[in-house]
Amino acid sequence: MSASRTIITRRAFAGGAALLGLMRSARAQGFAGLSEDADGFAQVLPGKDFVFPADHGPHPDFRIEWWYVTANLTDVAGNAYGLQWTLFRQAARPGPQGEGFANQQLWMAHAAATRADSHRTAEKFARGGVGQAGVVDKPFQAWIDDWQMAGSDRTDDASLAPIEIAASASNFAYALSLEADRPVVLQGDHGYSRKSEHGQASYYYSQPFYRARGHLSFDDHSVEVSGSAWLDREWSSQPLASDQSGWDWFALHFASGEKLMLYRMRQRSGNYTSGTWIGADGRARPLGPDGIVMTPTQTVEIGSHKLPVSWRVDIPALSIGLATTPLNPRSWMATSVPYWEGPISFTGSHQGVGYLELTGY
Amino acid sequence: MRRVLWILAVLLSHWRRHPMQLATLLIGLISATALWSGVQALNQQARQSYDRAAAIFGGARTPMLVARDGKAFPQALFAELRRAGWPVSPVVEGRVQIDGHSARLLGIEPISLPVEVGNAPTLGRTDLEAFLTAPGQTLVAPETLADLELKQGDTPRLSNDATLPPLKLQPQLAPGVLVVDIGAAQQLLGKSDQISRLLVGNSHGPRKPLQQVAGDRLMQVEPDAETDLERLTDSFHLNLTAFGLLSFVVGLFIVNSAVGLAFEQRLPMLRTLRACGVSARQLNTVLVAELVVLALAAGLAGLVCGYVIAAALLPNVAASLRGLYGAQVPGELSLQPEWWLAGLVISIIGALAAAATSLIKALRLPILSSAQAYAWQDAQRRWLKLQSALALAFFAVAALLLWLGQSLLAGFGVLAALMLGAALLLPSILEFALRLGERGARQALVQWFWADGRQQISGLSLALMALLLALAVNVGVSTMVETFNRTFLVWLDGRLAADIYVSAADEAQARAIQSWLRARPEVEAVLPGGRAETQLAGAPVDVLGLPDHATYRDHWPLLQSAPDAWKRLVPGDAGFISEQLSRRLNLSVGDYIDIPAPGGDWDVEIVGIYADYGNPKGQIAVNVAALTRRFPATPLTRMAVRTDPANVPTLIAALSNQFGLDGRNVVDQASIKRESKQIFNRTFAVTGALNAFTLGVAGVALLTSLLTLANARLPQLAPLWAIGLTRRRLALIELLKTLSVAAITALLALPLGLVVAWCLIAIVNVKAFGWRLPFDVFPLHLIRLLIVALLAAVAASLLPVLRLARMQPADLVRVFTIER
Repeated sequence: MSASRTIITRRAFAGGAALLGLMRSARAQGFAGLSEDADGFAQVLPGKDFVFPADHGPHPDFRIEWWYVTANLTDVAGNAYGLQWTLFRQAARPGPQGEGFANQQLWMAHAAATRADSHRTAEKFARGGVGQAGVVDKPFQAWIDDWQMAGSDRTDDASLAPIEIAASASNFAYALSLEADRPVVLQGDHGYSRKSEHGQASYYYSQPFYRARGHLSFDDHSVEVSGSAWLDREWSSQPLASDQSGWDWFALHFASGEKLMLYRMRQRSGNYTSGTWIGADGRARPLGPDGIVMTPTQTVEIGSHKLPVSWRVDIPALSIGLATTPLNPRSWMATSVPYWEGPISFTGSHQGVGYLELTGY
Repeated sequence: MRRVLWILAVLLSHWRRHPMQLATLLIGLISATALWSGVQALNQQARQSYDRAAAIFGGARTPMLVARDGKAFPQALFAELRRAGWPVSPVVEGRVQIDGHSARLLGIEPISLPVEVGNAPTLGRTDLEAFLTAPGQTLVAPETLADLELKQGDTPRLSNDATLPPLKLQPQLAPGVLVVDIGAAQQLLGKSDQISRLLVGNSHGPRKPLQQVAGDRLMQVEPDAETDLERLTDSFHLNLTAFGLLSFVVGLFIVNSAVGLAFEQRLPMLRTLRACGVSARQLNTVLVAELVVLALAAGLAGLVCGYVIAAALLPNVAASLRGLYGAQVPGELSLQPEWWLAGLVISIIGALAAAATSLIKALRLPILSSAQAYAWQDAQRRWLKLQSALALAFFAVAALLLWLGQSLLAGFGVLAALMLGAALLLPSILEFALRLGERGARQALVQWFWADGRQQISGLSLALMALLLALAVNVGVSTMVETFNRTFLVWLDGRLAADIYVSAADEAQARAIQSWLRARPEVEAVLPGGRAETQLAGAPVDVLGLPDHATYRDHWPLLQSAPDAWKRLVPGDAGFISEQLSRRLNLSVGDYIDIPAPGGDWDVEIVGIYADYGNPKGQIAVNVAALTRRFPATPLTRMAVRTDPANVPTLIAALSNQFGLDGRNVVDQASIKRESKQIFNRTFAVTGALNAFTLGVAGVALLTSLLTLANARLPQLAPLWAIGLTRRRLALIELLKTLSVAAITALLALPLGLVVAWCLIAIVNVKAFGWRLPFDVFPLHLIRLLIVALLAAVAASLLPVLRLARMQPADLVRVFTIER
């Protein structure tokens, strides 16, 4: 998952940055390979102690960072919906933070709302330093313009709940309350998440136990919804290997209460697969590159992009065998750099819902 | 298809046999297209630069939020508004000095800049990385770069010792503007955390009410549909357009006569083709195709000529727009593809319109009717009555427009209706005049002279109409220009009564200069003045402070005044207003105006109205002491100095030495006058050039008509030769005939021209500029024009007359053998 998020970072945010004119540097760094300490940003090293609420807030010394929420929802009639709320931060240069408009942080946000017959998206950009976008750790607040993810005095540092998220665009809007009674889950090796055999990594934790309630509107037609939501927090400075072309990522809510995060990084020489199994009690068990089998079963074509939207997922060690189906096969994020991200459901050895993200196609 | 090509080949063979006719047709089309498209190019160029100026980051085209007090406000409001759903983008603005040049510095925030803000996104997104990240960029127009004598990549130092980011050429940008990132601009202007205004994008979505976010601090300003610059310069462009249209119409006259004649001469050919089985439709299609091909070729040539004309005139146009309105128009022509396309289309449409009657005739051509070379002219004679009726109708329209019309467009409408009416009436008047001559004649040859002249009129009428219009416009425009010139010079003398004008950098320096000047024995008087800005009826107005001094009392050009006007100015409850302001607000002497002043409205009685030529802004003149009482912040940095003209150079040199003033801060009266005159001369140079072009086109029309008539008239002339008139004598008679009709036309053009001049002075000028000039007639001018017209007629008839004089007797004899 972290890896797939990185691709989003690299692809979408670098793409957004392309709009901002920053793509050249991002790509140059991407292709510069493994120069890990050449650029002056803070580096991701194993053994970090996570401290909350401080780590809910921004880490401006690292190049990239995001606050990433997805939610699987249903209305009273049982219709399924999905939504996405994402805020990215990227530093244009390392070093001390500039004042006001001289600040080097750039912010980008994506919002999406999905139902079986429709998928709506929007994106925003902002510069840091002047308050148009930013994140504060206590009381937690992440925002860009009038899109926000906001806690209150009641918000618990360990679980980052309760919290409200809201976004609106010309043809959709949503506002959700998120609650959770378990602390956030550190991914990978105590929050140190590897992305490839070459050593690239990120700091990564999640809150997969959010219960969501609120309303969602398509074209001013509003419905009451409730369901599960998942937050990913990740930050890093390290560039990716140049042979990685894209990622397939799953965040799954099992009907029995367990959670599963999986990703497959597509690269020229063998895919790099990883994941985390999270018990209903919140205990995490990292899954190694071996023992996860992810097989596309059906593709759709959107424009010139061929996307594997249905999958067969097998993890023999956990006796898991799943077949996933998208809620809307055309959950295409028509943002400045496009990708596919949408709600899915699965059957097989277990049942449940989740989110799938496909990038680099 | 092959058949069509054959028909085309047959039709085209006509032009091979009559190259002069082809030339006529092409010349007509080329001159019509050239002047029209030349003028369009000028207008387009100017409009483009207004757009550039207006579109700089929402200059005047985007709604904005500004502080109620007009000052800068904290940038925190930007984030608060964004978080409340407002799609706003901050701009910080100020003026900077680079090496003595003043420029507008604009700081933008390209990421939040709304997409719809003019050309901004292309500016912003092309190379945003370089723009945003250190050292950043200063976007600058090529003209500004040239003005500052800097090159790309330079980092000029400002007067406050700050350094601009490296300069980067940005051709879409308006001249005189430097664009940097808002963060850099805040530093350079010393406005940390401050914003001058917020541009409002038009994206939808819920927004909290402005009041709730910003309280009473900000207000929204809606964009103007038309910028001030466009409004001001409209009249100028309308002027150019009117000239372009006139030339176009004159050019079409030529085309019409050429096509009409060619059609008549080709009648036997068309008849033969029809008899050979070519359908009327096919024939017409080919005729149209032929015309379109000719129009395309001529249109291309015309466009090239138009480009040359526009390029030649542009520096003058740019200079007068800058002088008159402060509009920055670059002196280089850049044209869009639409211009070329529009030129070709107008050429084709013009050609088709001019040939419409002939084409319709060809469609209805009876196969067996015999060719009648003069049938079309005979028919036209029948039209004379109808034409006269039409002319009267046009006069009625002109009268009606004069009565009802208020706008500038109505003014031009009056002009157009008058001229068209006069042109339509021309053949009838000529007919009448020639008939009078015929009646007075006793000798047979003289009688024939007049009768033949009459017979010729219908063939020449279009060319003569063109001549009439061109002459009338010439008379009108030159009368107006001359009137203006004289009035302007007198006015300038009165307005610039002092000998030296000084503008100090600040008040401290102004005081120092004043005391220094007063100590000099050669200085007769130092007259400090000031200028404040305010708004009246929504338009900016200058309030001028005048000292109570004989220099002003004796010379200031008052058009109307109450008794003791100058004395009444002193207490501060009375003022003069400029003529433009009095016309715009319909104010006269004795009325009161409320001038918005910082300490509350200032109630002032109007005791005088003065001329203020060339100033687009309204102006109010009051006593300078009263001005500083009501507008305490007005810097009294300007002063006028009276001294003996002989002392001027030494005094200026001494002033410059003592206070480090340069040519912009200290000017002698003579240079100001020279500059002002230059501006106006340039303005009218354009008019003069277009005038000359129009007259030239009319001359060509006359020439081509005479040429085409020359051959056809042989049957009329041959009998006279046969009864003993020498060819030389015949040629002389032909020349005299042309001269006499031209002279009659020119004589008719004089009164028409004076009417045109009156329209320009009393209607168009007043509407366009807000001032009315006294109407004067300049007889010498008129005589000169008369001579020019006759010379043009001689020049036009020279070629056909010489041909006649040298014609082989055999050709004349042949007329009798091949009589039709």
